Amino acid sequence: MSEVNDLQQRNTRILRKLVFGAVCMFGFAFAMVPIYNVLCEVTGLNGKTNSSAASSANLELDEDRMITVQFVTRSGQGMAWDFFPEVRSVRVHPGEITQVNFKVKNPTDKQIVGQAIPSVTPGLAATHLLKTQCFCFDNQTLAGGGEADMPMIFYLDPALPKHITTITLSYTLFDVTERVTVNDNTLAVR
Amino acid sequence: MTAVAAHDHHDDHHHAPHGLKRWLFSTNHKDIGTLYLWFSFAMFMVGGLMALVIRAELMYPGMQVVDPEFFNQMTTVHGLIMVFGAVMPATVGLANWMIPLMIGAPDMALPRMNNWSFWILPFAFTILIGSVLMSAFAEGNPSAPNFGWTFYAPLSTTYGPASTDLFILSVHMMGISSIMGAINVIVTVLNMRAPGMTLMKMPLFVWTWLITAFLLVAVMPVLAGAVTMMLTDRHFGTSFFDAAGGGDPVLFQHIFWFFGHPEVYIMILPSFGIVSAIIPTFARKPLFGYASMVYATASIALLSFVVWAHHMFTVGMPLAGMLFFMYMTMLISVPTGVKVFNWVATMWRGSITFELPMKWALAFVILFTCGGLSGLMLAITPADFQYHDTYFVVAHFHYVLVSGAIFSIFAAAYYWLPKWSGVMPNTFLGELHFWNSLLSVNLLFFPMHFVGLAGMPRRYADYALQFADYNWWISIGAFWFGISQLIFVAVCVLCAMKKGEKAPASPWEGAEGLEWTVPSPAPFHTFDTPPVVK
Repeated sequence: MSEVNDLQQRNTRILRKLVFGAVCMFGFAFAMVPIYNVLCEVTGLNGKTNSSAASSANLELDEDRMITVQFVTRSGQGMAWDFFPEVRSVRVHPGEITQVNFKVKNPTDKQIVGQAIPSVTPGLAATHLLKTQCFCFDNQTLAGGGEADMPMIFYLDPALPKHITTITLSYTLFDVTERVTVNDNTLAVR
Repeated sequence: MTAVAAHDHHDDHHHAPHGLKRWLFSTNHKDIGTLYLWFSFAMFMVGGLMALVIRAELMYPGMQVVDPEFFNQMTTVHGLIMVFGAVMPATVGLANWMIPLMIGAPDMALPRMNNWSFWILPFAFTILIGSVLMSAFAEGNPSAPNFGWTFYAPLSTTYGPASTDLFILSVHMMGISSIMGAINVIVTVLNMRAPGMTLMKMPLFVWTWLITAFLLVAVMPVLAGAVTMMLTDRHFGTSFFDAAGGGDPVLFQHIFWFFGHPEVYIMILPSFGIVSAIIPTFARKPLFGYASMVYATASIALLSFVVWAHHMFTVGMPLAGMLFFMYMTMLISVPTGVKVFNWVATMWRGSITFELPMKWALAFVILFTCGGLSGLMLAITPADFQYHDTYFVVAHFHYVLVSGAIFSIFAAAYYWLPKWSGVMPNTFLGELHFWNSLLSVNLLFFPMHFVGLAGMPRRYADYALQFADYNWWISIGAFWFGISQLIFVAVCVLCAMKKGEKAPASPWEGAEGLEWTVPSPAPFHTFDTPPVVK
């Protein structure tokens, strides 16, 4: 009988290890989320730009190159705001600080909180398009019928790869009213 | 169902349970294997029926049979059922039946868990299929899952129908079942081998299943993680995949394919083992390059973890990333090539006879290689941009899964049915099944390469007029293939009813291995005293 018990013990030992392995792999699926985010921040993999203000100190101007930066705007599904850039594209030198305003209008009679999500194409340029100020850093609140000009100030890193001559910056605006508790609606209509 | 059981009347164990209880509470590896095999065959038929709905709609351009919404449900649930309901349980069934017999063990190591891992499955698929039936037959109910078997976010999160939650529960159950099945295989193989059966003496089917089981334990939890994230995104305010909350839908594709690519090897590695058992038998030569087969299987499994992004070249990746995944994918063709070479070398100068299992195995080798080659084409990143999401991809994975995995499962069935049932499968019906399947499967899937290269996208209920003639032929092939499988129902039922020539313990002349040392049909209990392997 001791042989049978011995076998059972060995079976249970392997069983425990395998269950532990499976649980770890379940955790690994969740660990992929921060790993992916870090990789994206380093490589610009998903076209996301910096999400907090970049410094513009010690900026060198590269006057030999002109880059076209195009702006695309879109309201996500269920988002009622009208959303468009003041200019469709600008031509800038790398290192030149430029401001572009985006207009939003809330045609409904309800207060809505919006969050703009940027995406840059080509993805390689994403880490080289740096914003010192952007409406996309925080969510924006508009009262019903409200309108606003939202500024975005950016520059292109002179280290931008030489083969890139056109960059498209796209913003998708999402309705996040249900996600956020609005404490301060005084900034709504400017 | 009871009839097919390998119930031996000359057996000493007269208190073997009978009736419904025998199957519900079974802890016998042979009974559970039988349950798995019948269940997977039933799912194969259900999934096949859905494929025929798809092909009926695509037979002519324009909308005829179903509306696009239902068409999308069919493509989705067809894929899910075939992957998780047909191919995977069939290979688990084969593992249950054959691994203890092949390594000289009296049963699986964890018999109660074995029972549980099977009996979860019918419930999982009742939930999934139920969502289709509810949507189809109850007016006003939300759609069944309609986002493709890959359930990409945000189609399955933001835009997913209410039934997505049923789908999530069902996938969780399938995953738990697979993990338990895999753990059982690993423990059995590591602990229960007969004295003298060293790892490098194990039949290759046992080896491929051992490696498959490790893949399952590694990636099924990742799938569970993905569907859990979907669930919390849908209902608990997280935004793993929702850009509005700072998440990224592309992340879903990374997590999914981190599971998904090893998953395709989970479906094909056991097939490699089956074919490696059958070809030496009918070539009457030992398997050429046994050790290299083991190492090739292991390297395919390891490489499968570093190729996932080749499913998503078009999402936009740095050049270095695309090159890495392209070269890694191409590298897989080296160990796969080793395998095909070894099978051919096994047959070289062998005394080959072409019994039914051998016919299926040979068809597997040739057609699987075709599917592998189109896979190599898809691995080339710049070409993939053209082929992505076209019928070329559909042709590729059906060549490796239908004429690959499923053909090898048929080969296994014809090879081991004598052992399971005690009678030889009907040769006339078997030949009819084989030739009809072989011809129709090629009529069904080969033209898909052409329409795919010409730009026909997958997962649409309609297509441009220029694809009309090809699609008509493809649909004819599909109905032909579908009807041909009914012949296999007859083969199985005849065997289950013990109608046919009585099978000796070792019905195939060149067969070697412990499973042929026990009588046919295999008694309810085998190897109570372990055999000694020299």
